[in-house]
Amino acid sequence: MRVTVRLFARLRDITGAGELMRDAPAGANVGAVWSSLVSEFPELSAYEKSISCAVNADYSRFTAAVADGDEIAFLPPVSGG
Amino acid sequence: MTPATAITTAPLDVAALTRALGEATASSGLPGIGAVATFIGLVRDTNLGRRVQHLEYEAYEPLARRGLDLIVEEAREHWPAVRMMIHHRIGRMEIGETSVAIVAASPHRADAFAAARYAIERIKQIVPIWKHEYFEGGDVWIEGATADPDNIEAREKAMRIACA
Repeated sequence: MRVTVRLFARLRDITGAGELMRDAPAGANVGAVWSSLVSEFPELSAYEKSISCAVNADYSRFTAAVADGDEIAFLPPVSGG
Repeated sequence: MTPATAITTAPLDVAALTRALGEATASSGLPGIGAVATFIGLVRDTNLGRRVQHLEYEAYEPLARRGLDLIVEEAREHWPAVRMMIHHRIGRMEIGETSVAIVAASPHRADAFAAARYAIERIKQIVPIWKHEYFEGGDVWIEGATADPDNIEAREKAMRIACA
């Protein structure tokens, strides 16, 4: 299946793109999408413990299953205000 | 009609937002408002000893908007008589410009102040917006809290600060 990965702030700088299309194996969860991204961009591993994730613009967890066509977002610690 | 929450690139006008909240409140027949607390966040010229030149704010817009809506709901749960609007600006902002405007109206002042304070604390905890700081000599992404709306401790902390 194919998913859209959205990246923000420093994560976007590291990968060089705010949006990436990636293949994921059937049954993959959000954590698997993240791990495969970390193998591609090792610098991301510094964020392992501090990122949040969202599926289709709703906060989610690494254990959540992903489906074909989902938008998976990885969010570094926030700094609004 | 002005939405209660917004993520916008347009300059923020807290006076207009206050009028809009007043109109929305009056037309829905809510109990009498006796107090309005406003909070505006500004781009500061210094940060951690650095001389800031300007900021660029980025957001995951659909989720940021939901985050603001959630904060309004949380505030209403705790202070049922409070009516609130929160608008956050994104994009490039110069020193002194308004990045966030919060208006909280209530029958009495204590709840209006507390709700406005709660809202800004929660924004810093759970709304996916990031500051990119450009300062003399470089630039850096500011990273604050790991966003998790289900983190009860964070929510309680915001409430403690609001009600201190």
